[in-house]
Amino acid sequence: MRSADTPFVRSAARTDLDLHLRVNGRSHRIRAEARETLLDVLRERLGLFGTKKGCDHGQCGACTVLVDGRRVLSCLTLAAQAEHGAVTTVEGMVEHPVGRLVQAAFVAEDGLQCGYCTPGQIVSATACILEGAATSDEAIREAMSGNLCRCGAYPNIVAAVRSAAAVVERR
Amino acid sequence: MNRLAYLRASSLEEAKQALALPGSIALAGGTTVVDLAKLGAMKPDLLVDIGGLAGLDAVRVDAGRLHIGALARMADVSRNADVLRLAPAIAESIERAASGQIRNMATIGGNILQRTRCAYFRDASTYAACNRRTPGSGCAAIGGVTPNHAILGATDACMATYPGDLAIVLAALDATVHTDMRDVALVDLFAEAGSGRETVLADDEIITAVSVAADAGAARSSYLKLRDRQSYEFAAVSVALAVDLTGNGPQIRVAVGGVATKPWRLPSVEAVLRAGPPTRARIAEAAATAAGDARSTPDNHFKIRLLTRTLERALLTALDLS
Ligand SMILES: Cc1cc2nc3c(=O)[nH]c(=O)nc-3n(C[C@H](O)[C@H](O)[C@H](O)COP(=O)(O)OP(=O)(O)OC[C@H]3O[C@@H](n4cnc5c(N)ncnc54)[C@H](O)[C@@H]3O)c2cc1C
Ligand code: FES
Ligand code: FES
Repeated sequence: MRSADTPFVRSAARTDLDLHLRVNGRSHRIRAEARETLLDVLRERLGLFGTKKGCDHGQCGACTVLVDGRRVLSCLTLAAQAEHGAVTTVEGMVEHPVGRLVQAAFVAEDGLQCGYCTPGQIVSATACILEGAATSDEAIREAMSGNLCRCGAYPNIVAAVRSAAAVVERR
Repeated sequence: MNRLAYLRASSLEEAKQALALPGSIALAGGTTVVDLAKLGAMKPDLLVDIGGLAGLDAVRVDAGRLHIGALARMADVSRNADVLRLAPAIAESIERAASGQIRNMATIGGNILQRTRCAYFRDASTYAACNRRTPGSGCAAIGGVTPNHAILGATDACMATYPGDLAIVLAALDATVHTDMRDVALVDLFAEAGSGRETVLADDEIITAVSVAADAGAARSSYLKLRDRQSYEFAAVSVALAVDLTGNGPQIRVAVGGVATKPWRLPSVEAVLRAGPPTRARIAEAAATAAGDARSTPDNHFKIRLLTRTLERALLTALDLS
């Protein structure tokens, strides 16, 4: 079924890419390998260390970021795939209307122990509230199940999401 | 991950040209491809990003069929009003799959084509023998740790389980997979486990959509998934049902997941259910035939009873007898 190489493919396929990424409202031009993930580019090339690498295989949620407002896993996103989207990391949460409230709620409710999973929890919770999924403790646990916490801070994480959702609701 | 090239296709024709190159594979959401490429279980030379192709992400109803575009994201499909109304089990199976983050990324086409979670397949650096990865190399799962391996369809070549949820529902609903070249019944899409091919698709063939008849069975479809933890986990056993009560006797279609090498219809169960009114006794009799062809290891032997009981529960619930 496979036919010969074509000139178009030869010229368009790249192992090294010049990427234009928009992260937390800022534009970045970087050179990266095609195999680099968004997670590695954020941390190693842009110095944004808030986004954490837990498993690197989509199993823990520590690397959660928003792309065009939707929560995704940056470890399973190639940087090249993110080129046309607006990326928001935990560093961008201070300026995010809901993200700010979620951060404050995690502090108030003591929603962490070691803190490694926390950036992913905060970004994920922000999206989860905006999705309208934080309607009850059970719904929060289900909607947040993609974010594991090895310290088991779950009760306080659920409390933080619940209280942030309540503040958003009142506004 | 091996060093590889990337190309963003801007049309189906461009994608086809690039996929014609040896060593190239399609990249949709990337949640299977990026994972497996990092593990070395896949070693593509060129990733052809089809995620941006226009017109392949719509859900529409046409001539009595529900069509779902191959590039529609799982999260969007699970919340789609037509899907929820016409084939609720499709939404249910997606809602119960993976996590909120993964459902935002992953596409319907990619979901159907996801690879097995067999640890011996995934861990390419530790286990050289895997007929799925390297045809003819053997199977490291034989004599290994196999609680999640298949009891239906397993052979000496491969006993890895098909892990997806959506395709189980699609099998029960007699779904058609539409490609740029032809239509294939979903149950005919998958190749024999360990045969060296995952599917019957050509290397440069692109799935464009999947469709199901918007019939009475689809409207009364259900999906029951049992797993080791409540959420964010693959099925230990799952049951998809399409129940049509509009005719003389009930017409019930049954497919199961978490237990078989590919999405698995159970014609023997369907035949018992067709033979007369769906009493509790008949349901028990039907469920008892489900594991008739099962082949188990000491590790996954529990799945035989789990399958029978899950099927019985799903049928009782669907027929309001529970
Ligand atoms: C931690 C974790 C948990 C998960 N849990 C579940 C679960 O509980 N249930 C479940 O069902 N799934 C689960 N998944 C699997 C997940 O749903 C799949 O990885 C995802 O659906 C794949 O879709 P994608 O668009 O990302 O595919 P990709 O990774 O982009 O592609 C997958 C395969 O399909 C091919 N492909 C993609 N689109 C097309 C097309 N249109 N035409 C031809 N070929 C194509 C690619 O070449 C590749 O071989 C889980 C995954 C992870 C990482
Ligand atoms: S690092 Fe991405 S999910 Fe664990
Ligand atoms: S606070 Fe330690 S992993 Fe969650």
